[in-house]
Parts: sequence; structure tokens; C-alpha cells
Amino acid sequence: MTSLTRTAVATSTTGRGGATPSRPHRARRALGRTIPLIPAIVMVAIFLLGPVIEAFYGSFTNMALTGAAAQNTTFVGFQNYVQLFQSPDFLQSVWLTILFVVGSAIIGQNVLGLALAMLMRAGNKVLTGVVGTLVITAWVVPEVVGAFCAYAFFNGGGTLNAVLSIVGLKGPDWLYVLPMVSVILANVWRGTAFSMMVYSAAITEVPEEITESAELDGASGWKRLIYITIPMIRRSISTNLMLTTLQTLSVFGLIYIMTAGGPGTASSTLPVLAYQEAFKFSQLGLGTAIAVVMLIIGAVFSVIYIRALKPEVD
Amino acid sequence: MKKRIIAAIAVGVVAAAALTGCSSGGGSGSKTITIAYESYGGKQMQNYMSRIAKQFDKKYPGYTAKLVPIQAAENDYYTKLALMNKSGATAPDVLYEDTFLIKSDAAAGYLAPLDNNVKKWSDWSQFPANSRQAGEGADGKLYGIPMGTDTRALWYNKDVLKKAGISVPWQPKTWNDILDAAKKIKAAEPGVIPMNVYSGKGTGEGSTMQGFEMLLYGTQNQLTTSSGKWVAGSTGFKDSLQFIHNLYQGGLGPTAQQALDPNWGNQTPALLSQNKLGISLDGSWVSSSWGTAGVAPWSNWNSVMGQAKMPTQDGAAPGATSMSGGWTLAMGSKSKNPTAAWNFISLALNKDNSLYYATSNQNIPVRTDVASDPTYVKSNPTNAFFAGLVKITNFRPATSSYPAVSNNIQVAMESVMTGQQTPAAAQKVFDQALPQAVGGTKNVVTK
Repeated sequence: MTSLTRTAVATSTTGRGGATPSRPHRARRALGRTIPLIPAIVMVAIFLLGPVIEAFYGSFTNMALTGAAAQNTTFVGFQNYVQLFQSPDFLQSVWLTILFVVGSAIIGQNVLGLALAMLMRAGNKVLTGVVGTLVITAWVVPEVVGAFCAYAFFNGGGTLNAVLSIVGLKGPDWLYVLPMVSVILANVWRGTAFSMMVYSAAITEVPEEITESAELDGASGWKRLIYITIPMIRRSISTNLMLTTLQTLSVFGLIYIMTAGGPGTASSTLPVLAYQEAFKFSQLGLGTAIAVVMLIIGAVFSVIYIRALKPEVD
Repeated sequence: MKKRIIAAIAVGVVAAAALTGCSSGGGSGSKTITIAYESYGGKQMQNYMSRIAKQFDKKYPGYTAKLVPIQAAENDYYTKLALMNKSGATAPDVLYEDTFLIKSDAAAGYLAPLDNNVKKWSDWSQFPANSRQAGEGADGKLYGIPMGTDTRALWYNKDVLKKAGISVPWQPKTWNDILDAAKKIKAAEPGVIPMNVYSGKGTGEGSTMQGFEMLLYGTQNQLTTSSGKWVAGSTGFKDSLQFIHNLYQGGLGPTAQQALDPNWGNQTPALLSQNKLGISLDGSWVSSSWGTAGVAPWSNWNSVMGQAKMPTQDGAAPGATSMSGGWTLAMGSKSKNPTAAWNFISLALNKDNSLYYATSNQNIPVRTDVASDPTYVKSNPTNAFFAGLVKITNFRPATSSYPAVSNNIQVAMESVMTGQQTPAAAQKVFDQALPQAVGGTKNVVTK
């Protein structure tokens, strides 16, 4: 990519002046190349960096929706963070968030997505078409609709229990008895399509000769998966893990609609807790501090993926 | 060249759209005032506000009252209102404001003082002194004109009680009498929810006030001492949580999942009308849900539903208790046309419209001329009962930290009703959170 642009620019300069670019020339050229990027940089600065910086600042204040602090917001240092780390609710939320991310994104969506992608490659056309459509439907529906579907499914008088009652079983109120399991399953259902599509694309890139020669060498299905497919799609795995993790970390609507973080605090992940503190309990500063913690957790996950699945030179 | 012109036009269009977007977001030119209120469940509030807006437009030609009904359950209404108030572009001119939020919203600078306005308002003499206090901020200025007040008590379905072998009229003397009745209903009628007490974060302030405080203020303790300090570690607090525990964990109430639904408050009137709920600890306004504009129209309600005073814990004097709150109309501090906003408020709360509000929304009027008006007295057979509770009623602590404490009470209730914590453990969590909510340990006493 880089070499391509360089040649193109070089040709054009040669066309114009014919001389080799000197130092000031090069600086001007670098500047010239930056100009088209400026609108994008400005946009990112205003709509992404700005709010992030403001959130950092807000988390050190006692900003509130109502009460005297709403009018005279003051700087309170680390008070919000101290309060958070002393609160058992917050620590429980961190744990539930990790459980949710690991359960639904890292294990659920990735493993299931990879499995589906592999099976679809082997299965017959009609079957893969039907399965693919069904999986992608869950991805296509808006979050609110998807969440209501999941609510209707897991609810005490919902689809799941109706199906169970046909075979004579009486299911509990899933959202109440097993809230975390319910939201994790719902998120797996909703998000698997994304992983499946990423892995389908990656697997088609694996050269067939390699798989075939491994097959000739007597490698079983499992061995081919572990020694051929996975190493070859390693970079897709890393990207996909990162994307699904970051998406799952910020899931709010699904959980809020299904359980509202309840019963009690049993499914109150960090986004739900942040919403509750900021908008229900009016403590915007505290809610923002939770958002900052989420930002840090996301960054940690990203670094781990980039490090662990670092592509060697190949 | 052509491309450039098209680009220029495109930029112009976008800019124009952005600009008009901004101005229409404001919605309040100098001749238009916006009125924000909660319209949820029944149509009573919508009918009342439309009536005033129509009168306003006619009486003040050239001015327009723009209604902004906020369709949200009570808790979300407060949030949406606070968010609207944060920006000058969306802040309403007139707000339908709960008395318990007046002090904290006044401290936030969202409300405009009305002292000068009422000085010139001849109707103000009809508002008794104690009702005026409900609209005052911590600085002693007046921020809201009270629309009415309310009281709370036990509503019971006579058919359900009779079937369980409880004689009506029913008047329990202690908390145990209530639980005994609930147990009898549970034993006799398996499909019926014996008793509803609002609890948890779902029903918000309703849980704190209709549920917890109706219990707590019948014990030897209250939320604050007479000197205004917040009470931690009281027996009454723990006993009240114990009642919630016994009701929900003992299978005498709705399931926790039902009660935690934010719409639960709209469902209980219907359940009562269908003989699916025996007793409900609720407000004086509930019968408006059974009117023609309500969520569960029920013409026969008065012959089936009975009312009983909420007894104190063990029958100690005065034998029964109640809680009172109420709503006000307030003026937004960012209003560009305070005169028109005040005209709307004073019109909405003149005698005629106050009477309409009291009868259609089942509020206990504060205006003395409305309270004694035969139309009001005759409009609802329960009026005498609920107005009679005013002499034993209690008010919520009038400070700006109350909403934060209320939230912590809901958290404690929810952890107890779901069985996640024992009453003692939940109280401990509450006690730990209390200093933060009320501005430091100096404002807390431990009993």
C-alpha cells in the first residue's frame, strides 16, 4: 500500500518538475497528504476524543442531575473512584461484566461462530442457506426488538417454558432464577452471526492444497483444525475477538430490557450500573467514573489480544 | 465549476438544517410556552392539561401553550425532566413537579422563585400555610404552587376478603393483623395475590413512600430525628424491611418479578378489579384508575372496594399512620417568558380548574374553597375517608438529599424482597451508604 502511493506521487512530481524532491519539498508533500485527513481528524477529535476527555474530567467531579451539585459542579479528586472501589456492588458488577464478556463473547460467540463457519463449509447448500439466514436474522433485528424477543423467550410464561411444558417439564422464571445465564445466552444468540461471517470469510482464504496435503498425511479433522486452520486464520481470530469483546463490554439495551440489571443486582453489569448511578440516582460524576473504568477494561482486553495473537513476520 | 456549486449548495442545505434544528429544538419563541408533565397510564392528566392549554390560548391571544407530555413511568419521568432542565434549549417554561424534588431541583437552579408572583395573586389566600411549605426550597423561597395533596391507606377487595372468611368492613389493628389476613387469603384462594406493598427500584419513589415509609412511620422510628438528622441503625427500619421480607419471601405478596416491573403500579388497579389481588397499600388517587379515563375502568368499584387505615406496627397511638406528598406546578428558571408561564400556572390553579383537577385526578385539594365545595365532597365516596387521614399523616423529610436516600431505601427493599440479603444485612448496606447520600456523617445519628 505504502509503496504504491509513493510510486504514484513520485510519478506525478516527475511529471511536473522532473527533479528529485528536496527536503522542504518533502515536508510540503507530507503536509499536502495530511490535508485531506484533516476533516476526519477534526471529526474524531470533536465527536470521540472530546467526549472521552470530558468523561475523564467528569469522573473527577460531583456533577449531578439535580441538587446543588447540578449548579455548582466542583472538582472532587479521586472521591468517585474511592467510593466505587469500596462498594461491593461495583466489584460485583466488574465480576458480572467479565463473566458476561467471557461467557457470551469470547467463548459463546467466537466458538459457536467458528463451529458454524466450519460446519457450513461442509454442509449441503440448502441446509447452510437456512441455518445462515436464521443466524443472521438475529444479527439484523434492532437491539430493542432482539431484546424483546429474548425477553419473551426466557420470561416465566414465555416460549421456552411453553416448549418445556409440552414435554411435561415445568421451567422456572429464567430471567429471575438464572438472570446471567439468560442474558449471556441471549447475547450469544444475537451476536454469533458476526463471528460466523468473519470466520467464514477467513476460512475460504485457507488454501485448499494445504488442507488436502494434511489430509493425505493422515491428519484427522481435529488435527487439521488445530494445526492448519486456526494458525492460518489467527489474525482474523484476533480481530474478531477484539471486536466482539468491545461490543459485548458495552451491551446495555439487551440487559436493561431483559432484566434491568435485576433481580436486585444479580445481572447489573457495568453499563447498567453506570446508567443507574448517572440517570436514576442522578450522580452523573459517579456514573462517568464507571464509564471510565469500562474504557480501561476495554483497553486492557485490546492490549492482551494484540500481544497474545501478534502476527509473526510471515 | 458545476461540482463546486453543487457542493456549496449541499453545505448550505446542511447548515440550514442544522440551524433550524437548533431553533426548533428550543421550541419556545417568545410567544410560545412549553409545559412538561407526566402522561402515563390513564388519560386524566392529559385531559386536565389540554383543558388549561385551550383556556390559555383563548384568554391570552397571540400566546400558545405547547404541551410536552412525557410518556414515562414515574422514575423515568424525573430523569427525563432533569435532562430537559439541563439545557436552555429544552428546559420547559412550566413543570409538573413532585413536591419531594422541589428542594433538590431548586438547589440545582432549575426552578424560578415565585414569591413576587403570588404577592399579586388574590387566590393565594386560599392556600393554607402548611400546604405552601410543600412548594418551598431550602432557601425559604417559593418554587412550586401546590396542586393538591394525597394520603395513603389500605385498599381491599371485599369479595376476596369475604371468600377468605374475613369479615368486612375490615380494620387491622397491627401489622400482624395484616399478615394474618394475607395468610388467610393465600390459604383460601390460591390464584389470588393476597397483598401488594410496592417495593424495589422498579416502582421508584412509589416503593419508598407507599411501601417503606407507610411501614416505618408506624414504628417508633422515622427517617429523620426532630432535629433533622438522618437515622441509621434503627429497629423500626429493620422491622419494616422484615415486613417486606415476610410478605415477599413468605409468598404473601406478588412475585418479586411482578413487583419489580416499572409498570406494576398501573397493573394493580386492574388486578383489584378482577378479584386477583386482595389488599393493596396505595394512595388516595387509586380510584381515578377506575374512572372512564383511567387504566382500568370499573363502574362498580365503590361497592367492591373498601378502605382501611394503615395500622401502626403494634397498634401504638395514634393507631394508624399515613404519608402525604403531592404535586406542584413550577416555573423553569430558563423560561424566556416568565409572565406567560405564570399566567399559565395561575390559570391552571384557579378555583375552577383546581376543582376539576381534584375531582378528575382524585387529589385531596389544598385550596380551602375547593375542599369545601359540594361538587368535590360529593364527587367521590372515598374523599371523606382519605381527607380524614390528613390529621395523622406524615411528610417526607424536606431536604434536598431526600431523593438520594429514597434510592438507597429502594435498593435495600429490593435486596430483601428477592431474598438476596437479610433485613439486617440490607440495613447495614443502607447505613454505610447514608453518609454519602446526606452530605457526611455529621448529618447522621445512629440509634
